[in-house]
Amino acid sequence: MKQQDFENVYVEGWLHFESQITNYKNEKSPLETTFPEQYRQICAQLSLAKQRHYSDDMIRRLNSLVMAGHHILYQQENRVRIKQISNALYSFVRTLRDNYIYLSLASILFVLPAILAGLACYFDETLIYSLISPAQVDEIESMYNPALDKIGRERGSDTDLAMFGYYINNNIGIAFRTFAGGIFFGLGSVFFLCFNGLYIGAVAGKLTSVGYAVTFYPFVIGHGAFELTAIVFSGAAGLMIGYALINPGQLTRLSALKAAAKEAVKILYGAAFMLFIAAFLEAFWSSSTQLPIALKLGIGAISWFFVFWFCFFSSFGRRNESV
Amino acid sequence: MKKLIDTSCSIETPEGIDFSSTIAGPIPRTLAYAIDLGWRCLIYLGIGLVTIFTGNVGVGFFLVITFLLEWFYPVFFEVFRHGQTPGKKALGLRVVNEDYTPVNWSGSTIRNLLRSADFLPVFYLFGITSITLSKKFQRLGDMAAGTVVIYTPQKINSLLDNEITPIAPSQPLTPQEKQAISNFTLRTSSISEARQVELTNLLEPITKSTGSEGLNLVKSIGAWLLGKK
Repeated sequence: MKQQDFENVYVEGWLHFESQITNYKNEKSPLETTFPEQYRQICAQLSLAKQRHYSDDMIRRLNSLVMAGHHILYQQENRVRIKQISNALYSFVRTLRDNYIYLSLASILFVLPAILAGLACYFDETLIYSLISPAQVDEIESMYNPALDKIGRERGSDTDLAMFGYYINNNIGIAFRTFAGGIFFGLGSVFFLCFNGLYIGAVAGKLTSVGYAVTFYPFVIGHGAFELTAIVFSGAAGLMIGYALINPGQLTRLSALKAAAKEAVKILYGAAFMLFIAAFLEAFWSSSTQLPIALKLGIGAISWFFVFWFCFFSSFGRRNESV
Repeated sequence: MKKLIDTSCSIETPEGIDFSSTIAGPIPRTLAYAIDLGWRCLIYLGIGLVTIFTGNVGVGFFLVITFLLEWFYPVFFEVFRHGQTPGKKALGLRVVNEDYTPVNWSGSTIRNLLRSADFLPVFYLFGITSITLSKKFQRLGDMAAGTVVIYTPQKINSLLDNEITPIAPSQPLTPQEKQAISNFTLRTSSISEARQVELTNLLEPITKSTGSEGLNLVKSIGAWLLGKK
C-alpha cells in the first residue's frame, strides 16, 4: 500500500482521535469507551508506517498521536484527596520503620556532634567562636536573654506571622538540602547532619553556660520534637539514596538510586509535614512568654513522646498494608 | 545504513511498538529555567510591593510564598499542567517519566528537591555537567526520579503539491532511497528553489538530467512513491 492510500484509509480515525484528545484536555467531553482500542490501532499503524518506510512526516504525525494517547492512557491519579494524604502518612511511618538502620545512623550523626559540641562549649567559653561568628553569637545570646519579655528572634507583638514565614523558609529548606545532599554518595547528608548537630549543640552549650537555660530549653523543647526529628528523618532519606549509590547490590547504580529515591521521598512527605507543624509551634507557641515554663516543658515532653510513639510504636504503620 | 546520532530516544510501549521522542538538551532547558526564574521574580516583586505596606503579617506571607515558589513551583506545574512549567511551555518542553508516561507526585517531588543538589557548587554547575554527560540529558534530580525532559510534538501539515504528475522510477530503488525521495518531495515547500536544484543534481545518475528538469523529475518520482494517482 502506498503512503497516500494508507493515509486515505486511516486519516478519519486519526482526526477523530485527535479531536477526542483535545476535547478531553479542555474538559469538554470524557473519553470514549473505545479509546484504548483506537489507541492500539494507531500504535499498529505507526509500526506499519515505519516498516513500510513511509515519509518522516507521516511517521512523526503517527508518533505524536501515539504520544498523546500514551500520556492519557498511562497517566496516574494526581488529584489530592483525603485518602491520598492518609496513605502518604501510612507509608511515611512504614518507610521509617523499614529503614531504621538509616534512621539510627542519621541520629548518631546528628546527636553525637551535638552532644560533643554542647559539652565542649559548656566547659570552654571560647570554643563557640571557632564555629559561629562572634556577631552571630551575640545575636543568639540576646535572643534568649531572660531579661527580655519576648524570646526567640527579637520581635514585637504582631511578628509571630512573620516568624512563621521565616521558620518555614529556613527550616524546611535545611531539611530539604540535607536530603538532596545525599545524592553525593551520602556525603552531603552527613555534612548537613553533623553541621546542624554541631551548631545546635554549640548554641545549647553556650547558652547553658551563660545561664540562659531557663529561657532556651522551654523555647526549643516544643517545636524541637518535630523539627529536630524531621531533620534527622530527612538526613536518613538522604543517606538512603547515598547508600544506594555506594552499594547498589544486584542493581545498576542508576536503578538502585531510582528505587531508593522512591522510598526516600515517602519519608520526606512526612518530614515536610512535621517541619510545617514545627514552624507553626515555633512561631505561635514556643515564643510566648505568658505561659508558665512548667507548662511549656510539659507540653514539650508530651510532643517528644507523641512523635516517637507515632513514628515507631503506633499501630499506624501496621494498618493498610496493601497500599 | 550507518546509524546516525541524534537526540531522539525510543521506548517500547506495552502495545509492543517503539515510539520515539526528542530529548531536550542543556540550552533549551536553561532558557526554560530563565523564563521560570523571570516569572518567579515578577511574582516576588508583585507580592513584595503589596506586602511592604502590611507590616509583619505581610512579611510572613511573603516568606511563605517565597518558600512555596522556590521549592514547589515546578512540582505544581509538572503535576497539574502536563509536565510543563510556563518556561517549558514557552520552549515546547515537557517533563515525563523515562517511559514517557506523565510525571506523578513522587517523581516530580524527587526531581525538584534534588534541584538544590544540582544547583551546587554555583549556578547549576553539577546539573549542567550531569545533563551534558548523561545519555538522556538528565540532571541528578532527573536520574533519581527517572524523568526526562522531551520536546512536545510539533504540528505537522506537509501537503503534497497537486501540480505534480506522478512518474514511476525507471530503476529499482532501495527502501532508504524511496524514503529519502518522498521526504524530499513533501518538504520542498520549506527548502529554497536553488537548494532543491542543488540537491537533485546529486541524483543525476538516476534522473539523467540536471537543473529544474531534474528537480521536477525527482518530485514526480516522489509523488509516485507516495501513491499519487
